[in-house]
Amino acid sequence: MDMIKADKLIFEYEKRDEEGNIVSKSRAVDEVDLDIKQGDFIAILGHNGSGKSTLAKHMNAILLPTDGVMWVDGKDTSREESLWDIRQSAGMVFQNPDNQIIATVVEEDVGFGPENLGAPTEEIWRRVEESLESVGMTAYRHHSPNKLSGGQKQRVAIAGVLAMRPKCIVLDEPTAMLDPNGRKEVLKSVMELRRRENITIILITHYMEEVVDADHVIVMDHGHIVMQGTPREIFSQVEELKRYRLDVPQVTLLADELRKRGLDIPAGILKKEELVNLLCR
Amino acid sequence: MSIKLDHVSYVYSEGTAYHKQALKNVSLEILQGQFVGVIGHTGSGKSTLIQHLNGLMKATEGTIYYNGENIYEKGYPLKELRSQVGLVFQYPEYQLFEADVFTDVCFGPKNQGLSAEECKERAKEALEMVGLKEKYYNRSPFELSGGQKRRAAIAGVLAMRPKVFILDEPTAGLDPKGRDEILDTIASLHRESDMTVVLVSHSMEDIARYVERIIVMNQGEVLFDDAPKKVFAHYRELERVGLAAPQVTYIMHGLKERGLSVSTDATLIEEAADEIMAAMKKERAE
Repeated sequence: MDMIKADKLIFEYEKRDEEGNIVSKSRAVDEVDLDIKQGDFIAILGHNGSGKSTLAKHMNAILLPTDGVMWVDGKDTSREESLWDIRQSAGMVFQNPDNQIIATVVEEDVGFGPENLGAPTEEIWRRVEESLESVGMTAYRHHSPNKLSGGQKQRVAIAGVLAMRPKCIVLDEPTAMLDPNGRKEVLKSVMELRRRENITIILITHYMEEVVDADHVIVMDHGHIVMQGTPREIFSQVEELKRYRLDVPQVTLLADELRKRGLDIPAGILKKEELVNLLCR
Repeated sequence: MSIKLDHVSYVYSEGTAYHKQALKNVSLEILQGQFVGVIGHTGSGKSTLIQHLNGLMKATEGTIYYNGENIYEKGYPLKELRSQVGLVFQYPEYQLFEADVFTDVCFGPKNQGLSAEECKERAKEALEMVGLKEKYYNRSPFELSGGQKRRAAIAGVLAMRPKVFILDEPTAGLDPKGRDEILDTIASLHRESDMTVVLVSHSMEDIARYVERIIVMNQGEVLFDDAPKKVFAHYRELERVGLAAPQVTYIMHGLKERGLSVSTDATLIEEAADEIMAAMKKERAE
């Protein structure tokens, strides 16, 4: 079954004057169709203001469509009675780790979600343990979150979502504020989740290198989906991506430069090992 | 003209249970006109370090000299120092507070005691430098895109005409094009004036492309302080302290291990391409 499906999804931001009359409208998401299967790893790229975060916020009903329909795990997000189910099946992780941690002890923060679901105490603890284990943060369970590094805080935030036993996790630029090591840690945790638990992953990012392992890449511009395909298909189109204010991984750029200089190298090289193998064959 | 740190240490909450040494015996000198990168993992002391450079934080030990004068001396004009050493914090757009962009940029020079006319002139100049067009001057900061807001906030510091310009992760959260635009703007400001630039960044690729000197912070200490190529040659040590080298550096090491005779110190795409082309040619000739 489809985990996330959108049919001609439209979202308009309304600008109102002091009397509350609508002065102007702008479409942040414009007739987007989506079809994401359970277990898929989907990356969404797009410049600032392209509509990707607005789209993501529809995936757990933080925003509701102005027009069109969004289904999460088969449920129409505009039906109020499905709201709790939707929020439980699709969890979100945001950019700033400091904005999403609320408790003073790591394990309590992770337990907040299931506690709100009304899970029995033993069940809450079991989930907290499993979730912390999945992101490799068990050793920090009794720590205060404000003493953790950015990458560790993000992993706690992911554990907090996992404790809700979601089928899908939407990560909106989870690594934007992290140092190289933090970025690596968070991505590793996300990849592990996908491999072990078959959780659907939607990753929004401005770091092109984080996208190379995705099943499918979606590029947004002005609220539309303008490109989609495998990472290799997408990153073969260097010039087009640049038009959308995006980029390609450094190794792809280097391979491209070498091809321009006459070496026989195919387009869309994604990993350093690939390039090294090609050059040293 | 320079900023000189002489055995500077900083301890947070000294004498309490939260005691933490954020800077340990840091000595370094940043010369006028240098373009310096500061890297280090979260909590390594980078932000503490740069907040010392304009006297926002006061060292618990050691001395800081700005143009040879001890800034901790009684009567030293710290206000003057802060307008000469401009600091752009992380996510500076959160600090935009005026109703329109132009007034916001005027705030710095106004506080320097300049006349309304001068303030306007400075604001115009600064907004031009960051490439914000006139049509945005009267808009509310909330109506701008992420990249534009960031530019407006940077202009607010530039309007004070700082001699030293410090930016804490100016590109975090921006799309690739926005990243390049901001960094290109900073690089051209640096080229065209004698401004010193200190850039804190988590992107090793950006650091490699723009700066002439890298200061690596680790646990409050300076781990390396050298030219980019020399610093990135220590890529294993950088990894141990939560950092990395630019991707290109890893590719060059990978090629070398497989027997292609390339020099491993390339950090930029063009350099790497030159190196690889030369090595391939040589290999074919043999």
